[in-house]
Amino acid sequence: MSKKSFRQAINEALAQEMRRDPTVIVMGEDNAGGMGAPGEDDAWGGVLGVTKGLMPEFGRERVLDTPISESAFIGAAVGAAATGLRPVAELMFVDFMGVCFDQIFNQAGKFKYMFGGKAVTPLVVRTMFGAGFRAASQHSQCLYPIFTHIPGLKVVIPSSPYEAKGLMIQAIRDDDPVIFLEHKVLYDDEEEVPDEPYTIPFGEANLTREGSDVTIVAFGRMVPFSNQVADKLEKEGISCTVVDPRTTSPLDTDTILECVADTGRLVVVDEASPRCNMATDISALVAQEAFGALKAPIKMVTPPHTPVPFAPQLEDLYIPTPEKIEAAVRAVAGA
Amino acid sequence: MPKWGLAMTEGTVVAWHIGEGAEVGVGDDLLDIETTKITNVVESTRAGLLRRQVAAEGATLPVGALLAVIAAPEVSDAEIDAFIADFNANFEAVAAEIDASAPEPETIDAGGAAINVLRMGDAEGPPIVLIHGFGGDLNNWMFNQPMLAERHRVYALDLPGHGRSTKDAGAGDLAALSATFLAALDALGIEAAHLAGHSLGGAVALQAALNRPARAASLTLVASAGLGPDINMDYIEGFVRAGRRKEMKLVLQALFADPELVSRDMVDDLLKYKRLDGVERAITTIAEAVFAGGRQASVLGHRLHELGIPAQVIWGAEDRIIPAAHAKELPATVRAHVLEGAGHMVHMEKAGEVNALIEEIVAG
Repeated sequence: MSKKSFRQAINEALAQEMRRDPTVIVMGEDNAGGMGAPGEDDAWGGVLGVTKGLMPEFGRERVLDTPISESAFIGAAVGAAATGLRPVAELMFVDFMGVCFDQIFNQAGKFKYMFGGKAVTPLVVRTMFGAGFRAASQHSQCLYPIFTHIPGLKVVIPSSPYEAKGLMIQAIRDDDPVIFLEHKVLYDDEEEVPDEPYTIPFGEANLTREGSDVTIVAFGRMVPFSNQVADKLEKEGISCTVVDPRTTSPLDTDTILECVADTGRLVVVDEASPRCNMATDISALVAQEAFGALKAPIKMVTPPHTPVPFAPQLEDLYIPTPEKIEAAVRAVAGA
Repeated sequence: MPKWGLAMTEGTVVAWHIGEGAEVGVGDDLLDIETTKITNVVESTRAGLLRRQVAAEGATLPVGALLAVIAAPEVSDAEIDAFIADFNANFEAVAAEIDASAPEPETIDAGGAAINVLRMGDAEGPPIVLIHGFGGDLNNWMFNQPMLAERHRVYALDLPGHGRSTKDAGAGDLAALSATFLAALDALGIEAAHLAGHSLGGAVALQAALNRPARAASLTLVASAGLGPDINMDYIEGFVRAGRRKEMKLVLQALFADPELVSRDMVDDLLKYKRLDGVERAITTIAEAVFAGGRQASVLGHRLHELGIPAQVIWGAEDRIIPAAHAKELPATVRAHVLEGAGHMVHMEKAGEVNALIEEIVAG
């Protein structure tokens, strides 16, 4: 056990699974880097260094640098998964899903159903998402609601280094296609992470705080923000439960409903654009299944319905912050 | 502020048991401290008058911070004020030293098995070796090991399948576990030790002593397996099955007389342990080997007299995992202590009394 960053935790999960199972490969743009130039092997390790060190250990047979063509290499990964490998393909920014989406939702997500349950597609697509990186509107979106919408895909959003390692190992061992979304602002977050391999099951929410007044449901980077708010308000006598569902598909609806039944108040924090996102989905679930338990109207904390601005001041205004979460919690608590 | 367990960095003062001016004896309850993992009482290590409660109720203080001043009546208030001021002025250096000298566990090769061991204290003479129970780890001795280490060399280790040791438990029976335990003593260069085992760890200690009598200087069996046929299989199966916080919390509450002692961190730590590769297989193998058919496979208590060494059993009267009645079915030479107000984790709930009993048997 030692402190590891979110980046190291994912890297360790990949390396340990590649050691354990020779069918696991990684592929993507500059996953090793250097284009074979002398002295430049493993020059990149992915654009933010998550796959660094894999190529020297596992070789170019298992760490594939691909052309800048998501259509081609995501399709190749789907085919590799359908024919016996366990590929982990890196879609550098989730914003690039547009050019490879048919491969994901019409092919990978449908094989099991189209082939009488006999086809398995153990594919993981790793992809960076989220604002706060000064990367403008084509490199800052969340887009996980779109994957969540497609039956046949599993959608994972880790919120801390411990979570990232266990969920990544689970994703690799899972026989269905998994979209694994890494918030780019979390990569340097650190916490204690076991050195040994371990798995965290999908569809089981984690309660990062337990309280009696307000339930906050949050995803990815919004989980540490919500924890911060819960800790602050605890001292003022407003006690919050923070639910990190870990996966948006499958979604642990039971835990969300149980927590709302206990607290009677709900704030959903979602960094995705506000129409048809996880906040609207969970609000609808609670309104339908637990309306009688609600002591106050549900509050959603989301960005406005606009592309992520490039101007730093506007980007800061766009992102749900601890201050906005705190205001929503105070509003539903009537405090 | 004591350091209970490797992860503890600070504690919060819940309540004082005695007021300023009161007479204090060694082992008297001073105050309750809450950590993120557990709440426990701090006992006095000195006799005298409680002259000053330095730590206020509700205060959160780092490990090593000054909690109270105990002194003789003739010490003046001015001297006590000066002592407190001096202590606090030097505290940063003291805290840094405590931090730097904190013992770290190490992994040893016990006949091919990687076994995690934590050593505290460096006194001469036969050491004390502590063995945790089913599903536990060496941190279960957090209220015992540091206190015993003030006068003895004390080792605590993780059994195969547990803590940070190998997750290969082999056959998982007492023969396999005690063989690995004896190999760990060999690797540590320990000829003979005072063995103290809790629950499954007690049975391991007993089996090891029966196999190699020369290695045990004394035996302390705490809520021990191996002394009777009964075992609460709802607990064992519930522990193996529990994957969610809620289930695990309910299961763990059966371990304590006071179920409030089960904290979020305790539940989280166990869920994290259970998610590690190999753990499910290891604990299933051990449970099937040691508790086959819902009964304890090995009942060895009647053989205690063969050993000819001091032996004692300690039980919590409210043990819901292994009944305290097993303490009654032992040879007359074995001292039996049944402590009121404690459950299966009697060494945590009544740490002071258990520590005193271990000190006593070690003193001979």
